Amino acid sequence: MKSFNGKVLFLDRSDINTDEIIPARYLTEITKEALKSYLLDDLSLEGFNPREDVPKHTVIVTRANFGCGSSREHAPWALEVNDFNIVIAENFARIFKQNMFNCGMMAVQLEPAVIDQLFAKFAGKQTSLTTDLEKNVFHFSADGEQESVPFTISGFDRALVEAGGWVGYADSNY
Amino acid sequence: MGKNIAEKIFASHRVDNPFGDIHVIRLDAVFCHEITTPVAINDLVERGLDRVFDPAKIKAVIDHVTPAKDSKTATQGKILRDWANRHGIKDFFDIGRNGVCHAIFPEKGFVRPGYTVIMGDSHTCTHGAFGAFAAGVGTTDLEVGILKGVCAFHYPESIKIEIRGSLPEGVFAKDTILTIIGKLGVNGATNKVIEFCGEVVDNMSMEERMTLCNMAIEAGGTCGICAPDMTTVEYLWPFISDEFSSREDALKAYQQYCADPDATYAETITINGDELVPVATFGFKPDQIKPVSEMSDTRVDQVYIGSCTNGRIEDLRVAASVLKGKKIKDWVRGIVSPASPAIYNNALDEGIIKIFMDAGFCVTNPTCGACLGMSNGVLAEGEVCASTTNRNFNGRMGKGGTVHLMSPASAAATAITGYITNSDIYQQGGNS
Repeated sequence: MKSFNGKVLFLDRSDINTDEIIPARYLTEITKEALKSYLLDDLSLEGFNPREDVPKHTVIVTRANFGCGSSREHAPWALEVNDFNIVIAENFARIFKQNMFNCGMMAVQLEPAVIDQLFAKFAGKQTSLTTDLEKNVFHFSADGEQESVPFTISGFDRALVEAGGWVGYADSNY
Repeated sequence: MGKNIAEKIFASHRVDNPFGDIHVIRLDAVFCHEITTPVAINDLVERGLDRVFDPAKIKAVIDHVTPAKDSKTATQGKILRDWANRHGIKDFFDIGRNGVCHAIFPEKGFVRPGYTVIMGDSHTCTHGAFGAFAAGVGTTDLEVGILKGVCAFHYPESIKIEIRGSLPEGVFAKDTILTIIGKLGVNGATNKVIEFCGEVVDNMSMEERMTLCNMAIEAGGTCGICAPDMTTVEYLWPFISDEFSSREDALKAYQQYCADPDATYAETITINGDELVPVATFGFKPDQIKPVSEMSDTRVDQVYIGSCTNGRIEDLRVAASVLKGKKIKDWVRGIVSPASPAIYNNALDEGIIKIFMDAGFCVTNPTCGACLGMSNGVLAEGEVCASTTNRNFNGRMGKGGTVHLMSPASAAATAITGYITNSDIYQQGGNS
């Protein structure tokens, strides 16, 4: 099972699409590793610089409809090869969310008010996340501040995370 | 309780219900292209699982970058080609026979009412125009589809969108779906199927219904669906005439996939077709729309007519009717990509290609590379394109470029003036 802990990158915008996560000009690559340098290459967001910010973090907390647009699984792959195994948002585009769990990664929804609170308390700080998958709780901490946030994931999503993805699960079940 | 179209298709294709609302369904078709399939193929090979569940149900095409532009894209094509050959996938469309996946697969009769279809391409929702459940998926779902012929979905709720009345002259399926996305928002149909109905849809051709369903994903929708009717049967008749004794029999069989009168929906939206106007997008999200008439200050560098949304023969006919006898503005680069060889041939026979060329357009081979900035029409930093494609995301057609989505009629009119322009000032009248 992958690790769902790490330093948190806050992306304060809704509707970040998969073209922004990994632009189509890099879709000619046929290995996941080749996508490593291009994660969030076209995300234009004040204060965000992919070359500086991507290497320092491994968790994303963001707003609504993350991963909309193209079905490209290159988006989760570009995250994965940069050790980002979890994205936390108000909600996700269907295909992106499924792709994350299909790769044994997590895309977890929290209420907008909770996301607001996380941004207010932790954005702009050196924030760490520890994920307790047994108790379904996120533990955020920064500068002595702490916050524990319960979350839910479906039985299917949990099974995919535990199986390391959908190919393994489907091959043993169908 | 009555069922809507998606519910009926799920009921007839369910193989498993392993968790809560997760339904694993049997697939009637798995479509593949050279951008998202090679990684699945390589992974299957690595896992020692290089098999396909049914070579007759797998269809493949090279369409995003064709002819190959460099070694990397040549390799992607080769991986798909070699795989199709070694597994006996007969319906593989390579150069000379290839076209945009969502144009060529319906044209070959590969999608039927009641079918379940997946593809590693978000615009797979296009095929719902045939009364099918067709959904874009990622490479892992595609990989499992290739291997096992199944896919897992959350049981989808449906939104019913009834489009009443009739569309005014100069207003098209593209204006209709852009207006609908403007109402729903880019997240308004997430995890849901959009079932389109009403007089406007009833009177649409299959090509127009494909344009409508194609952009369901831009509102987050899993699939757009239109109920099968005689228009569907007519379109499919060359492929199904040996299965049914008459068109009426075919219709009767397909109508099992129409929604029941007491079907339930998450939401019902009614739109008056008579009130619609030509629209185009501004900004970087497809729900940001304005009437074309309010955008006449926007100068464009390029006009692109093509893609899985609007590269079909009816689209080229409409654009040609606007362009006939005219020249495009000297600063505009006009590019048209007929979406399949059959469409290209029809356009040649009808004199449409000559109209485009006389007007100053470049006519490319069938491909969809420009839409996502991969090939055949990439924008430079700061450039603006009026486009009949489906996404106006920041940098979509090239880093730093801006895209305004619109109908082929508006795009053609825009090419003539060099500024975003309503087609009605050029329309000869009587064109659909």
